[in-house]
Amino acid sequence: MPTVSVDKADLWERLGKEYTTEEFDHLCFEYGLELDEDTTAEVEAAIKAGLPAERPQLKIEVPANRYDLLCIEGIARALRIFLQKVEPPRYKCIYPPGGESELLTITCDPEVKKVRPLFACAILRNVTFTPRSYASFIDLQDKLHQNIGRRRQLVSIGTHDLDTLKPPFRYLAKPPQDIKFIPLNKDQAYTAEELMAVYEPDKHLGKYLHIIRDSPVYPIIYDSVDQVLSMPPIINSEHSKITLNTRNIFIDVTATDQTKLDIVVNIVATMFSEYCDVPYTIEPVKVVLTDGSTRISPDLSERHTTARASYVNACTGLSLKTPEVSSLLQRMSLHNTISPSNPDELLIEIPCTRPDIFHECDIMEDAAIAYGFNNLPHTFPATSTVAQPLAISKLSDIVRLEWALAGWVEVLPLILCSHEENFEFLNHADDGKTAVKIANPKTLEFQVVRTTLLPGLLKTIRENRSHPLPIKIFETSDVVFKDTSRERQARNERHAAAVWCNKTAGFEIVHGMLNRAMKMLEIPLIGNTDHKAETGYYIKESSGELCLNGLYQLWVSSSVTDPVYFPGRAATIYYRPAPAKASNKLSALSQDIKTVLHVNHDVEIGSLGILHPAVLANFEIGYPCSALEFTLEPFKKKMQKIWTNDE
Amino acid sequence: MAESLQQLILDTLDAQSTIQDTRLLTIPGQSVPAASHEDQITILGALNSLLSREMIIYETHETSSHALTPEGSQIVAEGSHESRVWAALPAKGEGSPLTPMQLKKQVGDETAKVGQGRAFKNGWIGKEGDGLVKLVATIQDTTQNDLKEIVSTGTLKAGEKILADLRKRKLITQRKGQWFTVRKGSNFSTSTAKPETDLTVDMLTSGAWKTSTFKKYNFDAEGASIDGGALHPLLKVREEIRNIFLEMGFAEMPTSSFVESGFWCFDALFVPQQHPARDLQDTFYLSDPKEALPPEPEYYKRVSTVHEHGGFGSTGYRAPWQHEESSKLLLRTHTTASSAHMLYKLAAKCRGDKVESDEAEFAHGSSTVDGTDDGFKPAKLFSIDRVFRNETMDATHLAEFHQVEGVVADRNLTLADLIGFMRVFFKKMGIEKVRFKPAYNPYTEPSLEIFAFHPMLDRWVEVGNSGMFRPEMLEPMGFPKDVRVHGWGLSLERPTMIRYGINNIRTLVGHKVSIEGIENSPAVMF
Repeated sequence: MPTVSVDKADLWERLGKEYTTEEFDHLCFEYGLELDEDTTAEVEAAIKAGLPAERPQLKIEVPANRYDLLCIEGIARALRIFLQKVEPPRYKCIYPPGGESELLTITCDPEVKKVRPLFACAILRNVTFTPRSYASFIDLQDKLHQNIGRRRQLVSIGTHDLDTLKPPFRYLAKPPQDIKFIPLNKDQAYTAEELMAVYEPDKHLGKYLHIIRDSPVYPIIYDSVDQVLSMPPIINSEHSKITLNTRNIFIDVTATDQTKLDIVVNIVATMFSEYCDVPYTIEPVKVVLTDGSTRISPDLSERHTTARASYVNACTGLSLKTPEVSSLLQRMSLHNTISPSNPDELLIEIPCTRPDIFHECDIMEDAAIAYGFNNLPHTFPATSTVAQPLAISKLSDIVRLEWALAGWVEVLPLILCSHEENFEFLNHADDGKTAVKIANPKTLEFQVVRTTLLPGLLKTIRENRSHPLPIKIFETSDVVFKDTSRERQARNERHAAAVWCNKTAGFEIVHGMLNRAMKMLEIPLIGNTDHKAETGYYIKESSGELCLNGLYQLWVSSSVTDPVYFPGRAATIYYRPAPAKASNKLSALSQDIKTVLHVNHDVEIGSLGILHPAVLANFEIGYPCSALEFTLEPFKKKMQKIWTNDE
Repeated sequence: MAESLQQLILDTLDAQSTIQDTRLLTIPGQSVPAASHEDQITILGALNSLLSREMIIYETHETSSHALTPEGSQIVAEGSHESRVWAALPAKGEGSPLTPMQLKKQVGDETAKVGQGRAFKNGWIGKEGDGLVKLVATIQDTTQNDLKEIVSTGTLKAGEKILADLRKRKLITQRKGQWFTVRKGSNFSTSTAKPETDLTVDMLTSGAWKTSTFKKYNFDAEGASIDGGALHPLLKVREEIRNIFLEMGFAEMPTSSFVESGFWCFDALFVPQQHPARDLQDTFYLSDPKEALPPEPEYYKRVSTVHEHGGFGSTGYRAPWQHEESSKLLLRTHTTASSAHMLYKLAAKCRGDKVESDEAEFAHGSSTVDGTDDGFKPAKLFSIDRVFRNETMDATHLAEFHQVEGVVADRNLTLADLIGFMRVFFKKMGIEKVRFKPAYNPYTEPSLEIFAFHPMLDRWVEVGNSGMFRPEMLEPMGFPKDVRVHGWGLSLERPTMIRYGINNIRTLVGHKVSIEGIENSPAVMF
């Protein structure tokens, strides 16, 4: 949320009342603003200490979609209307005395389509600035650049002293070497090419250069005598700069999309039109667009829409009459009248300063804000539903609880880790098909989404050197694998893992943890050569043997001794799922044949072993460790369906 | 010896009921009463042993006694220096006087030097010519007598002044001493059988527990330290919040997809494609894999249209739509991405998708409009799972945290329902005072920030966000217009940090957390 700093005394003057901090905080809260800070105490302390001090400021957080609240002018205007001190203003385009024919014009060259296609502008006549309103004018432009303009990428603004220029104007795109002018706050002319170098180290402007740097042509605005106004979105010219004494202001706005272009030109013009001799009036400009058509800019017309009191009531839980809704909306700057044909319907005129309103629901919200969220009746939805935990949550809670009951401590490491921690540190090579990788991490700690729980557990042991031995920790949580069959190209898998660290490695300890978890899940232990058992689990020394998988497929088990473990002290965990009930004799027969053929349906679910000393060294652990890790997915129980939420 | 002494004490008490002065006892094996300091130390050992069994009680009396130095002992045996000088000299007129040199030879240097002066002072000896003679026929050797008294009584009746003088002359040294008055204790008996410290299986077998006496247990000490297992504190809070949802009839949503597409994480939620949350600065995008498979094309079309051109009563953002943004893979920034997917499924029947009907499904409070079934069934859903933000980390922010999320979908839900519901939900979390601030969130309208009054901080703090999902999100999914959906979210870490008084999130989540801290985290009960 943007934060706007407003002059406290000025705001009180505009609101016609000196609020206490608490009162104003409350007003902000009700309207949807947040009073972040009141610098009064700070300023008073500075004055007391004899230090230079600014005037007391209020720092107000503003909703990100309310561009009309990005300056004191807008905040004060909105609050005065909210407090019913004034009616919402009507913003008007005033033509020059001679009418449309006297409008200033600007012609857009089709070349601009190559770099920054859209242009809008407005003129403020007979403006009177004070130093503070001038500063506010500059500040609003910056706020719009940063927010809706996405750091000038989408929209940028230039403002000029119209009296220094000779219209008509032209919006062109030219090769950078053909552009030359004295930019704002410089005393010599540079070509656009040179400017790129001049501003490169500039802390403020340097970050905008990339927007046009590589374009063959740069956008540029000239008057009729080739005087540059500005080179959007980088810099204005020194010649046309506005000062405290400027009376007539030309506002140029360039953009990549029409909606944001219109929003920005309207906001700048309407906010500062209050300083014109005739407040809230703006002189439009005739813009000849790239396709040759003309448009009068800005377009300050209200958007006409409707809202129903019944809809407002249905959504809020209120029972307001149409006129009541009408006056609530009036307080939110929305002019409206009750429809002559439908007493439920309000004809709403949405001012150009409220582009945040898309839908009737936005109008409904405004009514609710004006009514006061905290004044709404306390009701409770009658929705009756049945509660249901997820199968995977229940399963992992069982393992968590059993392992904690066994005297082990649950830890909670991060899910993101470095590539090294997930692969090299575990003596694993990255086959490129396993882990999901992050494109833009801020630190090397977050390069991949873990595919195993081991790195987090080992890092936790590393950081807990001072804990008395043995250290026995576990985690049950998700790892992520690439999965090209899915829309999101990845899938989570719930793993359970435990690491024992002591003066001796203790394979049998983590082995016992496996047995314990399986016992509690009622998975029987079967012999690793037992082909007859219907279901169960067993462990088998990891080695490079050939296995049968499916009826005729030969494959080399992936369980050649995993190099994360010490040779000869590692085993793979297999699970044989209970067979689906044979529905007919044929499938029963096939089952028998498979048994005879020793067909292996068993799935590898994990492994355990003594960690390799090189792995321990990588994680800077000075004591032997044994580790156990397996997936919990095959043990999920089918829950009673509330509704289908399987993939 | 120790046992016989204890026995003596008990027997004496049995007979006399009080032992006024332990110095009068005669320790077994000795012939004289235990007057000495060493004897009283021996007795104290026996008394403490009996005291611990509450067989006796005793009072301590402090004494100050004196013992002889080797020089003092010599005086007791041989007489004082002055007396030895006197004895060595001839009586006046009865022999030739001894010269000081001769005297030295006879009694030794030291005695001659110290003894001469004192003997003169006492008027025992005098000069005769160059020599020395006795002046008196008999002497009273006071020093020797005093020292003898000290040997036998440890002190001197004559008083502190003389004692001080003797100390100064290094003939005696002072010793602090104790003696005791002993009375019967609550467990008094004359049996000195050793007390038991614990009940044992042997005692049960033999029945000895009936007659054994037990050593008094020190209830002030801590019990033995217990090396139990422990669950992680954050997940203890997760369980508590999960229980609140289950108590309120919520079903847990599957959230097992850390990887999401721009479409599900943002577009489907009507988050504009140019929204800052989608910046590289805030969201982790994937380099491998990079792009999602396309979602269901009809739905995709409805979503892109409502963004770009509007529809469903909305003007839309009227900003250019880029498919590329939509198909980008990323790590979900909120679990609302999962909620969106679940809501899309919930609306399947309303869209007219063929949904496998499952007769075993719980009847789900289904409601219909005018008796016509549009396929909508209300739902209350929740999830608590990990989300990822590409943020700069500090004391309160990590790149990953847990989001608590609740969703209620039903016909004609109201904003008042949402607020009323939030009040109950937070009350169950122990938060009584809440208020709601209008806020902006691209996918909810109205949007409300939830503030709770923090009694310790004495101010209102933000505890969560909530709102009603926008029609631009719900209607493209296929929901009927009268279906409204409440959603709210909060972080799991925040209430946990408040619960455990933790200021730095790194001490709660991640590998730097102390295992000991986990072991000692108290249980959670909201």
